[in-house]
Amino acid sequence: MRVTFTVNGRPQQADDVWEGESLLYVLRERLGLPGSKNACEQGECGSCTVRLDGVPVCACLVAAGQAEGREVVTVEGLAQYADARSRRTTQDTTATQDTTDTTDATTAADTTTATDATTATDTTAAATRQPPPLAPVQQAFIDTGAIQCGFCTPGLLIAADELLERTPDPSDADIREALSGNLCRCTGYEKILDAVRLAAARTTEAR
Amino acid sequence: MEFLRPASWEEALAAKAEHPAAVPIAGGTDVMVEINFDRRRPDHLLDLTRIAELYEWQTGDQTVRLGASVPYTRIIERLAAELPGLAIAAHTVGSPQIRNRGSVGGNLGAASPAGDAHPALLAAGAEVEVASVRGSRRIPVEEFYTGVKRNALADDELIRAIHIRKAAGPQQFSKVGTRNAMVIAVCAFAIALHPDTRTVRTGIGSAAPTPVRARAAEDFLNAALAEGGFWDGGRTITPSIARRFAELCAAACDPIDDVRGSAAYRRHAVSIMARRTLGWTWEAFRAGGDTTGDTTEGGARCA
Repeated sequence: MRVTFTVNGRPQQADDVWEGESLLYVLRERLGLPGSKNACEQGECGSCTVRLDGVPVCACLVAAGQAEGREVVTVEGLAQYADARSRRTTQDTTATQDTTDTTDATTAADTTTATDATTATDTTAAATRQPPPLAPVQQAFIDTGAIQCGFCTPGLLIAADELLERTPDPSDADIREALSGNLCRCTGYEKILDAVRLAAARTTEAR
Repeated sequence: MEFLRPASWEEALAAKAEHPAAVPIAGGTDVMVEINFDRRRPDHLLDLTRIAELYEWQTGDQTVRLGASVPYTRIIERLAAELPGLAIAAHTVGSPQIRNRGSVGGNLGAASPAGDAHPALLAAGAEVEVASVRGSRRIPVEEFYTGVKRNALADDELIRAIHIRKAAGPQQFSKVGTRNAMVIAVCAFAIALHPDTRTVRTGIGSAAPTPVRARAAEDFLNAALAEGGFWDGGRTITPSIARRFAELCAAACDPIDDVRGSAAYRRHAVSIMARRTLGWTWEAFRAGGDTTGDTTEGGARCA
């Protein structure tokens, strides 16, 4: 069967998908996005965590056909996703403070960003624009050394980013709960907790 | 394999009637594991995720009608006041990722004796609304479990909703496992006080071929509480009553030895969970302050 859906802001199509195939297999083997890792295939380890219509899920437990028409964000698109979110937040703030002119201007800017994100064919904008900076959680994982073998990292990044989106200033209990579905076989949990705390602190400061 | 993607409930029922062996899939947290591990190769997968009504719930006077696919996360966030026991149980399911997809309808469809929702449903009192092209019926949850991973559904039927009695008093759920997250219950226990009817109900998980109520324990406790005037007096339950209740809960188990635990351990653990959760709920009931016993009219208590 054919599955058509959006991945990291781009329309994607996969053909000859087996009906029992998982979303994870489609992402890795058919769309060339190996960031989401394949380990337990039973929802135990969280290394395949992606956002499905915004919701963190194990891609190994989503049937490919269930992704039809949906929006998926993987670790490959996380930087762009976080960047767009922070722009939205900034713009929301400006829009509420400033006049109609400013609101119009932000809407225009919004459109450019959106087009950019989906097609990346707008030559002038795409040529001049820098790639988005790493998401705050990605930078924080690097800065705190929260990466050992790196296998669990993509899933943890998606889960941690979603936590901070929901709960910008999480308690340690919030962090532990949000990451309880992601196993790190190197057992690097302390550094991972440090990284999430750091990303939260930086994001809150930046506001 | 064929992937059936009904856009409405009527279409889903028609598809199930046409392909009775089709395997319904919503959150996929059970079905996809079986497919990934080559344990199951159904001719048809029946995807229920396009049917919006299965993700909705309605709160009535007496019950909550919970759509079959409402994810556990939503129950925890939105229904903890009406369904406290189920919300606690939902919080012990898998991990955030699993709770975002898994649902009570899926738990019932799989009918594993270890499903976390079952004890809470049994204790609260619930009916399963199932339907086919032939019509719909409501099955008391006690009668829904018919064997290990077997339920009362006919081949052409689908689970539409679960009607669960709203809590009239404190409820609890307790589960034994090796860690907090990602654990299949070694055994589990749920209790619900129903001050409106002056009864206590229970549910035991993973300690018998099906989820079960500890009926003899309930009967004993209900009689003891009535005879001793406990509902009126707001007295602490005596240790001898709690102990006997716990013993009878353990006796209601029919467990096996398996990789997760021995039968003897399960019986013992159920008795401990029964005694503790009875203590917790009864103390919460006493603290609720309503000890007049006037529960016949508008008798909803604050737990």
